[in-house]
Amino acid sequence: MGGAGGVGSAESPVVRSDSNADQPLLSLRGIGKTFPGCIANEAIDLDLWPGEIHALLGENGAGKSTLVKIIYGVLKPDAGEIRWQGRPVALANPAQARALGIGMVFQHFSLFEALTVTENIALGLTDPSQRRDLRHRIVAIADAYGLPLDPDRVVHDLSVGERQRIEIVRCLLQDPRLLIMDEPTSVLTPQEAERLFATLRRLAAEGCAILYISHKLDEIRALCERATILRQGRVVATCDPRIEDSRYLAELMIGAELAAPSHGRRPDFDAATRLVVAHLTRASDQQFGTDLHDITFDVRAGEILGIGGIAGNGQSELMAVLSGEVLADRSERITLDGQPVGRVGPDGRRACGACFVPEERNDHGAVREMTLAENAFLSGHRRRNLARRGIIDRLRTLLFAGEVVSDFDVRTSGPKAEARSLSGGNLQKFIVGREILQRPGVLVVAQPTWGVDAGAAADIHQALLNLADTGAAIVIISQDLDELMMLSDRIAVIAGGRLSPPRPVGEVSVAEIGLLMGGVHGSRVAHAS
Amino acid sequence: MVRGWPMHLEIVARGERSKLWTYLSPVLAIVLTLVTAAILFLLLGKDPMTALKVMWLDPLLTKRGFAELFVKGAPLVLIAVGLALGFRANVWNIGAEGQFIMGAIFASGVALAFHDVTAWPVWLAMIPAGILGGAFWGAIPAFLKLRFNANEILTSLMLTYVATLILLYLVVGPWKDPEGYGFPQSRMFGDSANSPRVIPGTRIHVGVFAALAVVGIGWFVLSKSLLGFKLKVLGHAPRAAAYAGFSTGQLTWLSLLVGGGLAGLAGMFEVAGPIGQLTPALPTGYGFTAIIVAFLGRLHPVGVLFGGLVLALSYLGGEKAQILLGLPAAVTKINQGILLFYLLACDLFIRYRLRLVVPGRKAA
Repeated sequence: MGGAGGVGSAESPVVRSDSNADQPLLSLRGIGKTFPGCIANEAIDLDLWPGEIHALLGENGAGKSTLVKIIYGVLKPDAGEIRWQGRPVALANPAQARALGIGMVFQHFSLFEALTVTENIALGLTDPSQRRDLRHRIVAIADAYGLPLDPDRVVHDLSVGERQRIEIVRCLLQDPRLLIMDEPTSVLTPQEAERLFATLRRLAAEGCAILYISHKLDEIRALCERATILRQGRVVATCDPRIEDSRYLAELMIGAELAAPSHGRRPDFDAATRLVVAHLTRASDQQFGTDLHDITFDVRAGEILGIGGIAGNGQSELMAVLSGEVLADRSERITLDGQPVGRVGPDGRRACGACFVPEERNDHGAVREMTLAENAFLSGHRRRNLARRGIIDRLRTLLFAGEVVSDFDVRTSGPKAEARSLSGGNLQKFIVGREILQRPGVLVVAQPTWGVDAGAAADIHQALLNLADTGAAIVIISQDLDELMMLSDRIAVIAGGRLSPPRPVGEVSVAEIGLLMGGVHGSRVAHAS
Repeated sequence: MVRGWPMHLEIVARGERSKLWTYLSPVLAIVLTLVTAAILFLLLGKDPMTALKVMWLDPLLTKRGFAELFVKGAPLVLIAVGLALGFRANVWNIGAEGQFIMGAIFASGVALAFHDVTAWPVWLAMIPAGILGGAFWGAIPAFLKLRFNANEILTSLMLTYVATLILLYLVVGPWKDPEGYGFPQSRMFGDSANSPRVIPGTRIHVGVFAALAVVGIGWFVLSKSLLGFKLKVLGHAPRAAAYAGFSTGQLTWLSLLVGGGLAGLAGMFEVAGPIGQLTPALPTGYGFTAIIVAFLGRLHPVGVLFGGLVLALSYLGGEKAQILLGLPAAVTKINQGILLFYLLACDLFIRYRLRLVVPGRKAA
């Protein structure tokens, strides 16, 4: 660890004599990275100066993660140059990045629950000599930066905020010159977030550069001096977020050239209401989950409601409650065609006419190790009568699977092919087709075209529009705003587990959606809960 | 790439499960077990070929011996089919031995209560009693798992020791044979409490046919029924099972009740057939050996039938080896342990393959 020479002492990091204010600490020039089928980063320039808190802002899929993974040595860029204090460097792995003085705090922590704070930090140290005196140094650093942390506590007993402090202390022990924080407040309470900001300001004042990844506009305006905004893998602007307003930042982040609704449908506002969700509140069962707060909406026959938002704001929790994988507290919270089903599981909701396409294809929407016929049976046996008195009707199951394959143009060797042998787009077409061919009265779809090529996406979109024309009520939960604007009649945004009131697509501007996605609901500012 | 290594083998992920190795792995494991056993015999100063013949071939050569294969195999198959259903659904019932004992105890209770009855076949009433006893012992881990999230591997295993102690208490206490000269065992059951021998000149009893029937039923449930489908989905992808609306709780209950019930049935046939009384020597490890049987049979009822016969042969061969070669009784357990060890090792090839790395040459 070249940069860790001074770590042996218990003293807190001080301003380094070599932090040269004349040149950037890190500069990226023309960084490009392509994955099969998508350009993640293209011609990215970025300068980070000692002592600045620099925001990296962008939607999901804008290329933020790819870029920081390149900086942290996890990914190798296809093109471009990385300079560290003016000298070109090639980062082959995170160990090299750490040796230069780059530290990173990930969104999800890698901690052993059964071990103490000190033991966890010791495990992360590659050089055994650094383990000497460790407990002492942890206390010293924690005190110096206002990060209250008891080194002898077992991680199991710690709150999420305290766990994050372990990761921060772990980085600070390496004496970093650049600290990367990946959406740090997504798991914190507002109070914990305030405390974190104080620590970060303090670090910056001592000359450490901080690259702060977030999509929360208020937070960035409060904390950061500069912001680099990414969209579709490119830098669209670099600005001072303190003087720009949130509206402008949101527009930059989302892009103003969103497609207008292209379907010629006119929703019938007198049609019967098929799905009603009323004041649905539910705490998440997951450690990093989002609690749902007072979700209320309804969908009419023939209508498509789009629910937008940035990943991790309660979409998967909402999907689970709508599908019945997680039950609501009371039956009246969810009504299907007038029937209260809040306490009914997925099978019972299918019997009431609802079908679901979960976000994750593999081993959630379909079982990879099973054949397409078995996967057709998985969710289709109820509505298509594929089981008689507990016995699987193989012929009907094969016919149903074959129908899905041919109607939805699924490229496969046949219904007996295993699901894992299909490409992502084909499997998605199969799953969407399986649900649509059950002729649902209500269809809830999450991420219908995630990772699907353009042709398959168009097919899926058309199938959803056709289904709506038959009088089904459809809910689409998606992070793809283009998709939502194109398909939806009304649109709502979920942020921090709260759903904005749905509004007709024609009446809502992109900037408003951007503000909602950033958690700004009218006058109220919703922090991460 | 590690530099400076001489020619060596690397383990490389296949990316998908190999169908071929799923079935080849048990065969290879049996072959390796035989080779290892031969080496062990050599070290013990026995002629390896003779020893292998005595252990693995001689038991099959007489009509009586061949029949014994099925007598020993029946409880193993009964238990293993039940375990296989649960293992398919990721319900890890390790306590079949205890459920076997409880089934035997419940069945013995019936046999002793109607000891003097000769007019009607008491053994028929012992069947539901045995199933009930085993299912009861399987229900405890199911309850603990679903109510308190207690790991069924631990609870079912620990309950085995409880069952053993209950058995000991009964045979030295309330159920001790009054005319048994103080030996810790129950009275011999009446004739009507012994399940009938079906083939004259052998010990093949009704339980052997029950085991065959259970294989058929197990196969049907697993490959044809909605229930079997649910168990498989839960084992492959619990989230998909939740999405489909298959209740984890219901399937966990069912796995442990069926597994326990079949183990209890095996226990019943053991006391009502070959043994004919409740003795502390009843637990011979069938419940644990059945775990090997289930995996050797690839968690498939028909495979379990073959696996059961192989392991039954290891019991018979072990006895032969004691009598004819003067080897210790542990030889049976050692063979079974080696077999399980090799089976787990060979299963690596289902997901991985070996690649020869020659230094100086680019690996393909």
